[in-house]
Amino acid sequence: MPQTAVADSGTGLTLKELARRNGLHSAAALPSLPAYLREIWSYRHFITAYSNAKITSSLGQTRLGMLWQVLTPMFNAAVYYVIFGLLLNTSRDVSNFIPYLCIGVFLFGFTQTATLSGISSITGGLGLIRALHFPRAALPISVVLIELRNMVASMSVLIVIVLVTGEPVTPEWLLVVPILLVQATFNLGLAMLGARLGSKLIDIRQIVPFFMRVWMYGSAVLYTPARFAKMFEHHPTLLAIVESNPLLIYIELMRHALMENVKLVDPVWVLWLKAVAWAVIVFSVGFVYFWRGEKGYGRG
Amino acid sequence: MAEQITSPAVVLDPTDTRVPTVVVDDAHIVYRIHGSAGAGSHSPVASFKRLITRTKAAQIREVHAIKGISFVAYRGEAIGLVGSNGSGKSTLLRAIAGLLPAERGSIYAAGQPSLLGVNAALMNELPGERNVMLGCLAMGMSPAEVRAKTPDIIEFSGINERGDFSSLPMKTYSSGMAARLRFAIAAAKKHDVLLIDEALATGDAKFRRRSEERVRELRAEAGTVFLVSHSESSIRSTCERSIWLESGIIRADGPTEDVLKEYESYMGK
Repeated sequence: MPQTAVADSGTGLTLKELARRNGLHSAAALPSLPAYLREIWSYRHFITAYSNAKITSSLGQTRLGMLWQVLTPMFNAAVYYVIFGLLLNTSRDVSNFIPYLCIGVFLFGFTQTATLSGISSITGGLGLIRALHFPRAALPISVVLIELRNMVASMSVLIVIVLVTGEPVTPEWLLVVPILLVQATFNLGLAMLGARLGSKLIDIRQIVPFFMRVWMYGSAVLYTPARFAKMFEHHPTLLAIVESNPLLIYIELMRHALMENVKLVDPVWVLWLKAVAWAVIVFSVGFVYFWRGEKGYGRG
Repeated sequence: MAEQITSPAVVLDPTDTRVPTVVVDDAHIVYRIHGSAGAGSHSPVASFKRLITRTKAAQIREVHAIKGISFVAYRGEAIGLVGSNGSGKSTLLRAIAGLLPAERGSIYAAGQPSLLGVNAALMNELPGERNVMLGCLAMGMSPAEVRAKTPDIIEFSGINERGDFSSLPMKTYSSGMAARLRFAIAAAKKHDVLLIDEALATGDAKFRRRSEERVRELRAEAGTVFLVSHSESSIRSTCERSIWLESGIIRADGPTEDVLKEYESYMGK
């Protein structure tokens, strides 16, 4: 049954016009990109408070509490060392295998956990989304902040491992900070991409772990990239694709910064260029994609 | 029968000087529910068959919750929403808050309407006072403002009346206490439009009186308040205008006394 909300034709004033005249705006209107960025900035205190709250509520239940931020990476490193360093003995290509392996495991883990928790950031925060109004990007951003904080704890473990295994301290160690920042930007892009996908396609959470495992083997986490060079000796295009893998690049850069005698797949400046390009592209795509869905997240 | 009745059209008077805060223009709201498939469709074979034959109907169902309603709310009004369970009251509030996009038609609002529901989740593992801080920051207050307001909010919620509960995790609270804290947080900020979903009904008599007072204050500060409640006394004492929703359409819109009388006679039969 058609019915119009248009008022009495004698007055000529429609509801739409009434709303416009009084400066009301549509509840479903998307904010412009700059306005959205400003809004996120004005919610920065909420973002940090929310990340702290999430860390407290997840680790607050355990007896050791915050100690787990350091213990988890230590156990991780130990497990991989036993399997790949002792049992499978993949270490013969590298002179100092333990730190080499740990850098790969930790950096890969940074992206992996940020992506996975990004995917569930919207579905997990639905209660908050339906209760309060804030820019929804705050949720994936705080997820990445949490992972960055965990990563800083992991890095302190890593530095100890690197020092104990006899690597010298060099000025190149300062590059650790920019590498982590570039990778965090890349992770943020992935987390935002995953957040919107995960809010629509619940099934994606079942698939992503497999994808992550494939990605890990493609990122030379447990062995050196020299394997790929051997494997794709006669397929230069394939090799170029494999060696443009952003995670491989971040791991390579970190190994180069913290260790001596690491053979790189490309000159350092090329790796840096690729690293920054990946971060900028993935972040921009992820951010815009997430922003476009801003008004639909409450629907669940 | 309800099917033959449509929502009344709104007649606007151009000489009206009241300031509108919410304009709902022929809004339709449709829910899509995923995974509501019935029995027998939970086997891998059934899922596979659905993929092959591309039948989506079993997985996605639509609920037409609001069927084209229009009304205008003005500054300083408190509007009660009444109707039987499932009539679309909460859906309407969520749509005004911008959480559910309208399928057709539009909803316009002044500022950012704030929805306050009894099942609005805060973080249950965290103490009440940290939830107060988080909630206030999420409403866009500055950290200094939050620090200044936290004692008032805790005082207003009354959760500390039986010992120091504000430093205990929220999961230790009774449902009434948690609802009171949520109301206290949302009511701490001046909203252009405040949408309250049953929150007043959960507290004890003392808290109900206090919150009704707070709602009146919020109205005096030039906001508009929408109240969904099954408690008629709660609606009578706070709202002078009411809207009666039934099966997604407006059955009556007018002074609370008249609307409630009609509603009661409908429910009584």
